[in-house]
Amino acid sequence: MKQDRQYSDIPGTYVFDPHHSMQGYQLNMFCMSLNNPDNRDKFRQDEVAYLDGFPLTPEQRQAVLTRDWLGLLQLGGNIYYTFKLAIFDRRSMQYVGGAMSGVTEQEFTDMMITGGRAVEGNLYTSEEK
Amino acid sequence: MANLFAGVGTSHVPGIGAAVDHEKTQLPYWKTLFDGYGPAREWMEREQPDVVIIVYNDHASAFSLELIPTFAMGVAAEFQPADEGYGPRQVPVVEGHPELAWHICESLIMDEFDMTIANKMPVDHGLTVPLSIMCGQPEAWPCKVIPLAVNVIQYPQPRGSRCFALGKAIRAAVESFDEDLKVAVWGTGGMSHQLQGERAGFVNEHFDTAFLNDLTANKERLINIGHTEYMREAGSEGAELVMWLIMLGALDKDAKEVYRHYHVPASNTAAGLIILENPG
Repeated sequence: MKQDRQYSDIPGTYVFDPHHSMQGYQLNMFCMSLNNPDNRDKFRQDEVAYLDGFPLTPEQRQAVLTRDWLGLLQLGGNIYYTFKLAIFDRRSMQYVGGAMSGVTEQEFTDMMITGGRAVEGNLYTSEEK
Repeated sequence: MANLFAGVGTSHVPGIGAAVDHEKTQLPYWKTLFDGYGPAREWMEREQPDVVIIVYNDHASAFSLELIPTFAMGVAAEFQPADEGYGPRQVPVVEGHPELAWHICESLIMDEFDMTIANKMPVDHGLTVPLSIMCGQPEAWPCKVIPLAVNVIQYPQPRGSRCFALGKAIRAAVESFDEDLKVAVWGTGGMSHQLQGERAGFVNEHFDTAFLNDLTANKERLINIGHTEYMREAGSEGAELVMWLIMLGALDKDAKEVYRHYHVPASNTAAGLIILENPG
């Protein structure tokens, strides 16, 4: 598989490429299962028991249980799938965005209202502050 | 014959749909965005297209990682709003146009675009939010809809040049349909945004403005933007903008901009809208 990828120097970005997709398939399919209201009820009743139905790695399982939003991406999660877990928790995209970037929901919301995260310093890992 | 007369490019942020559904559009956070949608709704009421082909992406609703079609066209008579985890949006059922959709699929495949054909495809915010933006909250949507779902979640997404070429082929297909129909194409998604990672919240107004300008001023540049440039300059989810290029490909070379609106933020996204019309 292609290893040398031009996008690997974009800071703070987990590209959902073939490698990532293979790594995260089961994790993302667990997240997908939460589209179904019956599954949401089962997960609400007993998260650990529900997760037994999905062959996740111990690290992925832990990241789900602790809501480690950045860890979920690093373990193969795709944001559109992992956000289903946030929907389950009634969390906003601003909450999750803040959790992944180390600020509170309000700080993240305020950053967006003032124009979003700056371009300068965020295009190449080599220019990260 | 059917006539493809116009294109619309618009973001499809779920929060915009939620603001409509929960009557928040006049709150300070949303007011500027929705005020800018007013002229687009007036345009929609005035023009009354019979059919709109909505190019959007499915967000783990109808499709999942089990099956990842690059281009899937819905040929059903109706499409139900999907449950994305909140319960389905309380919006009208989306009515399809099976005869035209099948005609387009047949034409595209004969033209060497190997489409996936979907008879059952619940539609998520990617498709229903643009309808809310353009039509508000009617009892029934005012037009038939042909959904065209594009994979932009799993890398690699289709290239911009391929999307543009698909748009051209859609134009030819529509205009060989033997019924007087007024047809528009909407390209949805974008504009710049990044939902994931430590760089979440990345927005690039300069990139977006240039993109809106070049829909009429320099199509060649837009068609040749590559995956890495989208992700770096427009955020990891900014690559959704390739879907606007399908709309662009379906228009005349000298299509004219008749309206645009741009606002940051809508949730974690830069929201853009543009209306382009073929001359005459």
